[in-house]
Amino acid sequence: MLRFGLLILVQVFVLDRIHLHFMVTPYIYFLFILWMPFEGNRAVQMIIAFALGFTLDSFRHHPGFHASACVLIAYLRPFLINLLISQEGAENNYRAPSAKSLGGFIPYLVYAGMLTLVHHGWLFFLEAVQFGNFWYFIVKTVFSTAISLLLIIIVELLFSRKQQFRTNTV
Amino acid sequence: MHNLFLFIRRYFNFIVLLLLQGFSIYLLAHYNSYHNALASNFMNEITGKVNTQFNKVDYFFQLRKTNEALVQYNAQLRNRLNENFEKQDTSTKMVMENILNDTTGRQRKWLYLPTKVVSNSISAQNNFIVLQRGSAQQLKKDAGVVDLNNGVVGIVTDVSENFAVVMSLLHKDSKISVKLKKGGEVGQVIWDGKDPNRLSLIDIRKSARVAKGDTVYSSGFTTTFPYGLMVGTIEEVMQDKSTNNYIIHLKSSANFYNLQHVFAIENLQRQEVDQLLKNANNKVNN
Repeated sequence: MLRFGLLILVQVFVLDRIHLHFMVTPYIYFLFILWMPFEGNRAVQMIIAFALGFTLDSFRHHPGFHASACVLIAYLRPFLINLLISQEGAENNYRAPSAKSLGGFIPYLVYAGMLTLVHHGWLFFLEAVQFGNFWYFIVKTVFSTAISLLLIIIVELLFSRKQQFRTNTV
Repeated sequence: MHNLFLFIRRYFNFIVLLLLQGFSIYLLAHYNSYHNALASNFMNEITGKVNTQFNKVDYFFQLRKTNEALVQYNAQLRNRLNENFEKQDTSTKMVMENILNDTTGRQRKWLYLPTKVVSNSISAQNNFIVLQRGSAQQLKKDAGVVDLNNGVVGIVTDVSENFAVVMSLLHKDSKISVKLKKGGEVGQVIWDGKDPNRLSLIDIRKSARVAKGDTVYSSGFTTTFPYGLMVGTIEEVMQDKSTNNYIIHLKSSANFYNLQHVFAIENLQRQEVDQLLKNANNKVNN
């Protein structure tokens, strides 16, 4: 819950005020979804993701965009984890995705990168449907993904989450 | 029927996805109707409260800019005031060639220049204020200085290229010609060197009607201050037994403790008046 609030506040009051070239704004609030535990009801996770997106939308007074994108990545997340996870039984030993639990920094980067790309792609696609101009949409998606990913790596390095083991079988 | 339940169970997550996506896109598409909805008002209340809290912090960091903008704006407005213009006598207008004349026959007399106070003292016997504006920024010696509420602060005594020194009212040589608002009696405001923000008014005869709380403002008889700038309010009236005058203490309208921005008032006709007085003096002496 604390993480939820903190990420939203950082997003609204710090990152939303950044407008780089091409009106690129970095997003990191969906780290909340990336850091959700392996376990748990997927439907519930999707509803939480919707709540996260809806909260951010409320601050921007135009509901729907982020809620939709968040639900999408919450849905796709387990498939990606299944593809990437290499360690046998890592899902059972670790609580949430991290560089350690996914077996190295590269798989984690792929995990974060893919979800960021999907999130931004869907988000800007919805915007493009509303406002037109698809070429701009592609450029914006690529640049935003790169910058968001960079920020995510920095956050990951700065705030190392405690690795929570569920069992000590490893 | 059994198959239907099986289907729902198998694709439950996908159905949730579709439902939530559908709802999101519904919100997106019906953006305008959402804005009339109760939920939107509720969310706006909450986000508004959070935003207000953060704005307090943000505003604090913007204070400097806000302040400067307000001072600039104030100067702009003050310069537009009617009192800053003087109506020209039409008979002399034919003779004089003055670029400052505008088409309505008015001539600017007073020009407000906003400046920042760099240093200010109140504890000494002779207090000076330093302004961050000098001759390079068209500030001249003998300009009057007022605070943001048009309360008299002092007189510019020294000007360098980028800075100016102001003799504050809290100076033993400071002497300002003032008028009582009620009766129109003219007196002088000095400082007795004891208490900042507390001035003395002298040369008021006992025949004048003075009361506690009366306003005292600049007389406009000097070339330094325009007429009607507030100097202070009467705090205490005492009888001087040895003379025919009152001893009056004033509470200064300018707060000398926290001067940050002030206006220097430039008299654009000063030279002319001074020249005239000098000529008159010369004639008397010869």
